[in-house]
Amino acid sequence: MSEETLLKVERAERVFGGGRTIFGRPKPGVHAVQDLSIEVRRGETLGVVGESGCGKSTLARMIVGLDRPTGGRILFEGRDLAAEAGKDLRRLSRDVQYVFQDPVASLNPRKTVRTILEAPLIHLLELDREARSTRLSELMDAVNLAPEFLDRYPHEFSGGQAQRIGIARALAADPKLIVLDEPVSALDVSIQAQVLNILDGLKKRFGLTYVFISHDLSVVESVSDRVAVMYFGRVVEIGSSRAVFGRPRHPYTHLLLNSAPAPGRRSLAAEDAETELPDPYDPPPGCAFYARCPRRTDTCNAVVPALEGFAGEEAHQAACFHPHGDR
Amino acid sequence: MAEVVATQPAGRRSGRPDSLRLLLNNSLATAGLIVFGLIVLVALAAPLLPLPDPDMTEPANRLIRPFEAGHLLGTDALGRDILSRLVWGTRVSLAVGLSATLIAAFFGSLIGLVAGYAGGRVDTLLMRGIDMVMAFPYILLALAIVAVLGPGLLNALYAIAVVNIPFFARNIRGISLGVSRREFVDAARLSGKSHTQILFVEVLPNVLPVIIITMSTTIGWMILETAGLSFLGLGAQPPQADLGSMLGDGRKILFTAPHVSIVPGLMIFALVMSINLLGDGVRDVLDPRLKSGALTRPVARTAVMREKQPAAAAIEGAVLDVRGLRTEFHIGGEVYKAVGGVDLHVGRGECLGIVGESGSGKSVTAMSIMGLVPTPPGRIVGGAAMLGDEDLFAASDERIRQLRGAAVSHVFQDPLSTLHPLFTVGDQLVEAIQAHQPLSKSDASAKAADLLKMVRIPNPAERLNAYPHELSGGMRQRVCIAMALANDAQIIIADEPTTALDVTVQAQVLALLDTLRRERDTGILFITHDFGVVSAICDRVAVMYAGKFVETGSTDEILSSPAHPYTAKLIDCVPVLGQPERRLDAIAGRPPVVNRLPVGCAFAERCPRVEADCRAGPIPLMEFRPGRAARCIHPLIAGEPYV
Amino acid sequence: MTAYIAKRLLAAIPVIFGLTIIVFLIMAMIPGDPATAILGSYATPENVEKLNRDLGLDKPLLQQYVIWLTNLTHGDFGRSYTMNRPVLDEVLERFSATLILAGTSLVLCSIVGLLAGIVSAVRQFSWVDKSITFVVLIGISVPSFWLGLLLILVFAVNLQWFPASGMYAIYGGGDLPDLLHHLFLPALTLAVVATGVIARLTRTAMLEVLRQDYIRTARAKGVTENRVIYRHAFKSALVTVIPVIGIQAGFVLGGAVYIETVFQWPGIGSMLVKAISTRDLLLVQGGVLVVATAYVLFNLAADVAQTLLDPRLR
Repeated sequence: MSEETLLKVERAERVFGGGRTIFGRPKPGVHAVQDLSIEVRRGETLGVVGESGCGKSTLARMIVGLDRPTGGRILFEGRDLAAEAGKDLRRLSRDVQYVFQDPVASLNPRKTVRTILEAPLIHLLELDREARSTRLSELMDAVNLAPEFLDRYPHEFSGGQAQRIGIARALAADPKLIVLDEPVSALDVSIQAQVLNILDGLKKRFGLTYVFISHDLSVVESVSDRVAVMYFGRVVEIGSSRAVFGRPRHPYTHLLLNSAPAPGRRSLAAEDAETELPDPYDPPPGCAFYARCPRRTDTCNAVVPALEGFAGEEAHQAACFHPHGDR
Repeated sequence: MAEVVATQPAGRRSGRPDSLRLLLNNSLATAGLIVFGLIVLVALAAPLLPLPDPDMTEPANRLIRPFEAGHLLGTDALGRDILSRLVWGTRVSLAVGLSATLIAAFFGSLIGLVAGYAGGRVDTLLMRGIDMVMAFPYILLALAIVAVLGPGLLNALYAIAVVNIPFFARNIRGISLGVSRREFVDAARLSGKSHTQILFVEVLPNVLPVIIITMSTTIGWMILETAGLSFLGLGAQPPQADLGSMLGDGRKILFTAPHVSIVPGLMIFALVMSINLLGDGVRDVLDPRLKSGALTRPVARTAVMREKQPAAAAIEGAVLDVRGLRTEFHIGGEVYKAVGGVDLHVGRGECLGIVGESGSGKSVTAMSIMGLVPTPPGRIVGGAAMLGDEDLFAASDERIRQLRGAAVSHVFQDPLSTLHPLFTVGDQLVEAIQAHQPLSKSDASAKAADLLKMVRIPNPAERLNAYPHELSGGMRQRVCIAMALANDAQIIIADEPTTALDVTVQAQVLALLDTLRRERDTGILFITHDFGVVSAICDRVAVMYAGKFVETGSTDEILSSPAHPYTAKLIDCVPVLGQPERRLDAIAGRPPVVNRLPVGCAFAERCPRVEADCRAGPIPLMEFRPGRAARCIHPLIAGEPYV
Repeated sequence: MTAYIAKRLLAAIPVIFGLTIIVFLIMAMIPGDPATAILGSYATPENVEKLNRDLGLDKPLLQQYVIWLTNLTHGDFGRSYTMNRPVLDEVLERFSATLILAGTSLVLCSIVGLLAGIVSAVRQFSWVDKSITFVVLIGISVPSFWLGLLLILVFAVNLQWFPASGMYAIYGGGDLPDLLHHLFLPALTLAVVATGVIARLTRTAMLEVLRQDYIRTARAKGVTENRVIYRHAFKSALVTVIPVIGIQAGFVLGGAVYIETVFQWPGIGSMLVKAISTRDLLLVQGGVLVVATAYVLFNLAADVAQTLLDPRLR
């Protein structure tokens, strides 16, 4: 893995709603993503983990250009991605692709697999008929599907097969970066492993870079080189997978890891019910985790903590005033 | 239900002839098609038929009654042959109705498509315009337009088309909006397609069935309306006649010669009725919800059609004891054996987990017990469910109602869809209490607040007035648990109660359930697909595959030394927290469909240890140690590798 | 809730404002010269010019609109030349007759439609369901003006149970029983189509609702089946049906045009038809505007009712 940065998110922000009414009154807005900075290095898999509403899907959509940040920048190989996507999404789509959560919903029920897979070849790569047919068989082979599936309709496929078609489509334009948004959440456990193994193989074979988004900690841990933990629109902890899962610094990461069920694990940590996500229309002034945090002090409720590294371990950062130490 | 439909065999092609055959299966629609076809045929053939000139007046022969020589349907006030006028008038009415429909469908659908796809300001602008037009009572607007353009058939056509545009626009916009938010539209954008390409190549084909349905259901209406305008003298002008104006002429001599108005009216009625019958048929064929039988109403309790009543001796100490349960779905001639003979028992304060993938029949097993599997298409065809010494499948409907929510209660998967959105949490809790306890409203309210407190909901008295959508997912599931505990249940059937929740919330809910069952000595039948969740709460586990238990035993033993290869594979194919280096062992292939189960082991196709005898015949669930059983003739022995 | 109603009322103002623009533009778009239309073909150019000036038709369109709107707010809708009386007086008098007819029909079709729909859904696939479905299909296929004629033939001419036309008896009468006697046939005819539409929709909505997860929850709680249907399911179905009743009000108001013509009911519909054929445009304008405004207000009420039922819309 090189240390070269492929994708750089700089203080990105996405506000939904907001603005003003025609009478000039401000409309309520929600920060889905706030002051978020991460880097993705060429060839790595960056895992993004968080619970529903933490902004991880919004981040994914911004990276592939389906959504645009309301603040900050997203740079891909130094190009300003948001500005580019606004003009012509095609150029970006040649380099950055997306795999959707729901494999069935992401395939048009009225198109054959061939038509679906040919679209990026026609519109992004502008291949001629012959080149397309060669590429199609390559793609089907890559995701381990028989070529006769090409002329079938999506409803004839199981979830796992449909997701493999979704992956083939993302792969079609020969991108450098693929954003995988909960790619196995909708699948049965026995099928999840098939898809995860295929993704792993493709990455090695085509030298891909992945941003892997999931709520499932064990899946993220098993696929990621580095991991970012998101809470309430911000990254609260980031570092190598080994470091974040082995020596979590942020109390939220702790809670997540202790809550995750695992075979053989008898008791799960449970906090009191009083604590919920903060109201997005009325965000707290300080750390969003304040209300649930066992280590909170008054400072936490006043100032938003910044992501900071630790002595001797600069790459492992947490946004916390009172992080957990080693052990 | 959804599980069964989802496992339909791949490979069957959808084709056009199929739709036509479906349409013809509907006898009313076929009748409509025949009548409509005849009318169209006659109207088209009008110039070829041996009919007198419809406009030829013959004052000597005025107002001849029907069925008289030379004039089958008689003559009108000017002595014109009514049959001839009827045929020619039908031609005009049909042409006008069809054209109006096409015009309205084209412009309305276009507006709807664009508004739904574009969203935002374009949508607001277009739909405000449409709302404006719709603010006029339907026919009034048509009248106003005719007032502007002046009476005349063509103007009436325009007027009817214009007033119907909003109808199409609104209908199509709704569908287009839904389709445009689907992920495949995003996928098409990322495939490099332009907005125009997406709108017409991706979205339109998915909206087309709705456009056709809307057309087939409005065309009759349009014919009625143009006839109406002509009836008022604002449509067809003499000498040209359509069915409406014939009726209008006849009205003036209603009392003396009723046939002059009755005949064209009958024709309009026959035409519109045939179109509506046909339209309903078309809708039934094209509407996927109707196609999958989704609009059949499930009855209050699953049908029980057991061939024989099994004699069951209750297991000592078991609250619930299910023997040989078999549940099937009968859909379109196919029989899906969702549950194919399941034995289970749950004791007081005990938690039994059923683990399986989707389609394994775990939910159907759980829902069969209190008859909550939808009928049609579900039915219980065998076995017994003993609650104490009472067979639930033999109990009366009223008895089942008394037991539901009292001795046996349920917690379902998605707490948002399982709570009624229009009633407050308090209302729903009070209802659950009052269904089984003779308490006054205020006593029941107090009890409801206590229940909320018991499931650790803060400010319980206030929360009683909250609607479900005002609570978070975790809070909603706590409400559901409170409801399940409202009448001191002996056993709770929990169907994936934490699957829809976030990890931290899931941990809370699991901990709560675990505490409550110990405090109150309540048994739990816990359905899940997650061995991690099983570890957290279940004492014993049953692993389910293709409608049958393949392994049962205590949680710890099954996790540490699974005997059935499927169990072992299922445990190994899931990544485990803290073991990132572990190789994921995927299970090749897919589960069998439950309408075509093999004779032998259902897992044989995917099993690494399969041998010829596995496929030979049914394999029983064999107890190989007290409390441990596996449905396998080549089971894994602890420590031995299974590949 | 009060705030919500106030908000909805405020939102209705631009709609009504928009109605005036549309109505004004429609009338302005009329080809030919209204003055000529009013005065007939024997008009002298001087008379035409004078009338144009009187009507303000020589001014720019926007100014004409402002003047017209200002007059409207003072209750001045102009003068009907065929009736030779203020438009507003004529329109309001006629409209009250239409309200009696359409209102009765609307109540009738809502009650019968809802009941038929529920029975049909609860007894799905039974002979009751099948008969209701078929009758409903006939109801929405039959031309109402023709049905009116048939009813007159049978009940007024042959059986002589009800009068064939009018709102009150010419001699005597004028009291409520007399009105009801006259009202029966036209109100029934007018209600037929809307009843069919409401019944169909109620059936579909009930079937849809009865499949929802929360209905299963209600059953799992041990609630009686009657309560499941009439409390849990019906309330949800009503949320879908109410806006349709709102739309049906428009169809009933519009359908009144035919029925009033057939039964010679002195309502606004028959007035409009006559006004259009005599090209009494001010009368058309005033009539359309009043009916449309009433319809907007009715739909507003339907919206509010829907919101009262469904807390998620608040």
